[in-house]
Amino acid sequence: MNAEAVLKKVEGWRLSFRLSMQLKEKAIESLLLFAALTSVAITLGIVGILVYESTSFFLQVSLWEFLTERQWTPLFSEPHYGILPLVSGTLVTTAVALAVAIPMGSLIAIYLSEYASSGTREVVKPGLELLSAVPTVVYGYFALLFVTPALQKLWPELPGFNMLSAGLVIGIMIVPYVSSVSEDAMRAVPVHLREGAFALGATRVQTALRVVFPSALSGITAAYILGISRAIGETMVVAIAAGMQPTLTWNPLEPAATMTAYIVQVSLGDLPHGSVGYQTIFATGLTLLLMTLIFNIAGHVLKKRYRQIY
Amino acid sequence: MFLRNAIDKSTERDRLRQRLVQRRRRDHAFALASLAVMIGASLVLLALLGQLVYDGIGRISWQFLSSYPSRFPSQAGILSAWIGTALVMLLTALTAVPLGLGAAIYLEEYAPKNWMTDLIEINITNLAGVPSIVYGLMALGLLVYQFHLGQSFLTAGLTLAMLILPMVIIATREAVRAVPPQIREAAYAVGATKWQTVRDHVVPYSMGGMLTGMILALSRAVGETAPLITVGALSFIAFLPHPPLQSEFPFFSAQWLFDPFTVMPIQMFNWVSRPQEDFHINAAAAGVILLVMTLVMNAVAIVIRARFRRRIHW
Repeated sequence: MNAEAVLKKVEGWRLSFRLSMQLKEKAIESLLLFAALTSVAITLGIVGILVYESTSFFLQVSLWEFLTERQWTPLFSEPHYGILPLVSGTLVTTAVALAVAIPMGSLIAIYLSEYASSGTREVVKPGLELLSAVPTVVYGYFALLFVTPALQKLWPELPGFNMLSAGLVIGIMIVPYVSSVSEDAMRAVPVHLREGAFALGATRVQTALRVVFPSALSGITAAYILGISRAIGETMVVAIAAGMQPTLTWNPLEPAATMTAYIVQVSLGDLPHGSVGYQTIFATGLTLLLMTLIFNIAGHVLKKRYRQIY
Repeated sequence: MFLRNAIDKSTERDRLRQRLVQRRRRDHAFALASLAVMIGASLVLLALLGQLVYDGIGRISWQFLSSYPSRFPSQAGILSAWIGTALVMLLTALTAVPLGLGAAIYLEEYAPKNWMTDLIEINITNLAGVPSIVYGLMALGLLVYQFHLGQSFLTAGLTLAMLILPMVIIATREAVRAVPPQIREAAYAVGATKWQTVRDHVVPYSMGGMLTGMILALSRAVGETAPLITVGALSFIAFLPHPPLQSEFPFFSAQWLFDPFTVMPIQMFNWVSRPQEDFHINAAAAGVILLVMTLVMNAVAIVIRARFRRRIHW
């Protein structure tokens, strides 16, 4: 074997080695792309299934009835399919929750970002994160067995299931989300804006409320929207503490089912696949998804509008 | 006239001083109020948690951990529930971790800037905001009735995996992004391929952040209740799933994947919704164990984060 042949052979090995390397690289890249695409598949699955099952529902119940009927009794012998009672339940508990979470969350965020020492922040922030890890079913237990009895001492006529205590507990539950995200937004405001305010003689509270807060409004809006979607989608607290009876009421002292609580209630029973009762939970789920979507889009628009460029 | 002016000036100065004092007072009042809100909220939560522990701790015993649910509150236990939680978490981790890791690495290291990448990115942010019960409905329609996986461990594990996948991807991406580009460039400079760079440098360096994110996401999954109710968790299971290991060939079996399941939060929900007081005590005990599980996972995540942060100096 002469030198030329050996060289040729080596060159051949080199090429085939290269080729197999390139093949391996390509294969790995496609595998990783596949992993990334599963998230898209999940979205398609969610939208597809909800729309598919809701379509068979809306073939039997008109959209007009669904949106205007004032009763939701799909499992009765004389069924009514009006989503309004469930929507009102969801909106009332969400409103109560936000009435707690937005002022508290914002105040805590302002304190942590503008007043607290870095030591305090180092302790409080992980603490808040830890709180958001408490399972929601535990919060439901609090609402039913601690908060409602405590409120009943103030209003003895308060029913055992009511939207007020569920809303209050959801509010406490989402404070960490609101405060953590708004604090991040306020910390991202450049220091020289604060220094400018101080140089003009503003106090810290004036700086916080009139300079930092408006500058961070874009991020703070995102925090509020996150809180709202959590509150709308919250299930276990309302299923445990707010009652299971769909009632069209705007009074938080009354019991009423939310959309999520209704889905839980039906799932706990045994409904045959394909029945109208089974399809109602998908129609309800689709409504829920659309509501959170609307809030998210609104949040996105507001976020863009309030974005400050320094 | 002179005197008049002097008096005016001094009253004006007094007024100014008064206003300054007032301003400062308002500043302090605001700080105090915020601090009070923060401490108040923490105290309320601590009181609630304290009450839960106080109610439940007496019920926790070996009997409670090793008994099946029962009609009699004092004989009931959480054996099937905690074994169920452990098995469902195993399936969730086995599915969500590789998929999340792969997706994050693709998006950070490989993805070209095109519409498909944008689509995947927007999609992940939006998925993170979908209410958890909606995942449950999707799993009910798709996994249970289209793929015929049944109301089983497999369905439950996959449901929670889909639920936490966006969380895993977001956390892992952050960890990968924190690796400085010089590390990659150095690897390329000595002739490493892309995958070699990722496998031997990027992944090991971002391991701390990745592990933290994954454990936090799993700790969310442990407490999830709603999606598992919709896919048909049973709250009264008085038997264990088929054992995954056998004494005969082929030594392990997948039969347990298709067994009916229950998990800790479902068991707690069931006990809370009963009217009898005694069951509420069981619920509190289950709640304490559930809390300990999630808190331990979070503590582990915090320790890992701290340890890796200390070890790596760029």
